[in-house]
Amino acid sequence: MTEAALSEVDFTTAGLAVSLRDVTKVYDNGVMALGPFDLRVRKGEFVSLLGPSGCGKSTALRIIAGLAAPTSGKVQVSRHEGASQPGQALPAQIQPSRIQASHAIGFVFQEPTLMPWASVRENVRLPLKLAHVPAADSEPRIMEALTRVGLAEFADSYPRELSGGMKMRVSLARALVTDPDILLMDEPFAALDEITRFHLNNDLLTLWRNLNKTVIFVTHSVFESVYLSQRVVVMTRRPGRIGAEIAIDAPEPRGEEFRTSAAYGEYCREVSAALAPSYSGQALL
Amino acid sequence: MSALQNGKAPTRAAASDRRAARALRIILPVIVAAAGTAAWELVVRLYSIPPYVLPAPSAVLSTLVSDWGVLSQSLLTTLLTTLEGFIAASIGGIALALIFNLSKLVEYSFFPYAVILQVTPVIAIAPLLLIYLPQQTAVVVCAWIVGFFPVLSNTTLGLNSVDRNLAGLFQLYHASRWQTLCYLKLPAALPYILGGLRIAGGLSLIGAVVAEIAAGTAGAGSGLAYRIAESGYRLNIPRMFAALFLLSLAGIVIYALLALISHLALRRWHESALGKEN
Repeated sequence: MTEAALSEVDFTTAGLAVSLRDVTKVYDNGVMALGPFDLRVRKGEFVSLLGPSGCGKSTALRIIAGLAAPTSGKVQVSRHEGASQPGQALPAQIQPSRIQASHAIGFVFQEPTLMPWASVRENVRLPLKLAHVPAADSEPRIMEALTRVGLAEFADSYPRELSGGMKMRVSLARALVTDPDILLMDEPFAALDEITRFHLNNDLLTLWRNLNKTVIFVTHSVFESVYLSQRVVVMTRRPGRIGAEIAIDAPEPRGEEFRTSAAYGEYCREVSAALAPSYSGQALL
Repeated sequence: MSALQNGKAPTRAAASDRRAARALRIILPVIVAAAGTAAWELVVRLYSIPPYVLPAPSAVLSTLVSDWGVLSQSLLTTLLTTLEGFIAASIGGIALALIFNLSKLVEYSFFPYAVILQVTPVIAIAPLLLIYLPQQTAVVVCAWIVGFFPVLSNTTLGLNSVDRNLAGLFQLYHASRWQTLCYLKLPAALPYILGGLRIAGGLSLIGAVVAEIAAGTAGAGSGLAYRIAESGYRLNIPRMFAALFLLSLAGIVIYALLALISHLALRRWHESALGKEN
């Protein structure tokens, strides 16, 4: 366990990074996508949302990010004390959930979602540029973020010149460049081959340990969720609710030996069992 | 390493294959042109066809040289008109697309009229324009009318093809409308805009020529199309051919220039500008 996680094991509001209460989402066409959904994530925690496709886990993530508004319920997103963030001018009339979400959130999409017309450097610069950070200030931050993901020497390449894994790293660097407190990741490695995926999983864990960020990671892979997270939240079929929560109490730092350990297998079996009803169609709660 | 070396020889062979294919694409049309011209010359000489019926290529060429003073002046006039029409069409088309993109109400109100302007044949509009506008203005307006619609529709398509996740990203970082336009929508629409401009270039020339023809000998113009009409009345057929040749050449140069600009702007990132091997 990291120091951050050890010092903040309480579930009081003060230690929470994200709190969703009775959140529901009904689409315009009347489909109930989510909820009621409750989720509390401690500061510095690594939580995975695991569930079948279309269970609303991505919707939950978009609501936390402020990219979608909840139909009902309360969303609270708080930031770490003393964390740096670029100065942001907020538009005057936006929804309350979006104002709260503006506290330095980094978002990594399922696709790399890079601007094909811009170099890697310019892609990573984007969040800073949108916040009107001067070029002189942004340059060292861009290089720091690129160094963290191991792509410093590819700063002047264009996205099409990179492999799928490298594109995903650029996307990660872009999310890190604002030094967000909370990193939201929506099945970021789903489209990658297994070896690349393992590499990026390890890199992500290293980043998380070093940077003390709160990570909410959406995935449909049992193995990935167990390997990465301190807590796996298993979601039911649509409308998505919490089916089970499983704490993964494995020693840090995790590495390849954890991936091949008996404890890992045991956790995977437990999570798979918790996930099974979501696929067989039985009611869970 | 050995795999790399094994792969090298076929790559070199493939490269030379590609070079040969490219050379063939240049050589073949040239051969066709040469053969066609030779056959034309032969037929005219063999049957002693008078130049006022069908001038030989050599006669057209000598007219081109002897009348170069008049013809080059006309070429310049037509090119200038085309350029003015093209610039007006580009600015008008892109600006209109941006306004439509910002306001659905404006789009719904005016888009049908843009379509009407496009589907009404410009040759039928030109005489009307010549009544209400000074000739030079009327010619530019004709070039604009036929040129702006492809720019408008292509730009609109481009602005609407922005990646949804990228748009979400801009929303996440609270990008202003202006930032979203400059950093996201316009770059994303650039390949479409350039495609529209490439069509508009050729159409602007057509628009200019149509208006010059409509103005006819009544006008005070001196463009290439006017020169063709005038030469027709005077049965100066070799000069008609020479002027026509210059018009085609102008069209080809305009197209090639715009294709080059498009390639230079997109070569680092867009699929259309990348080689097949990528």
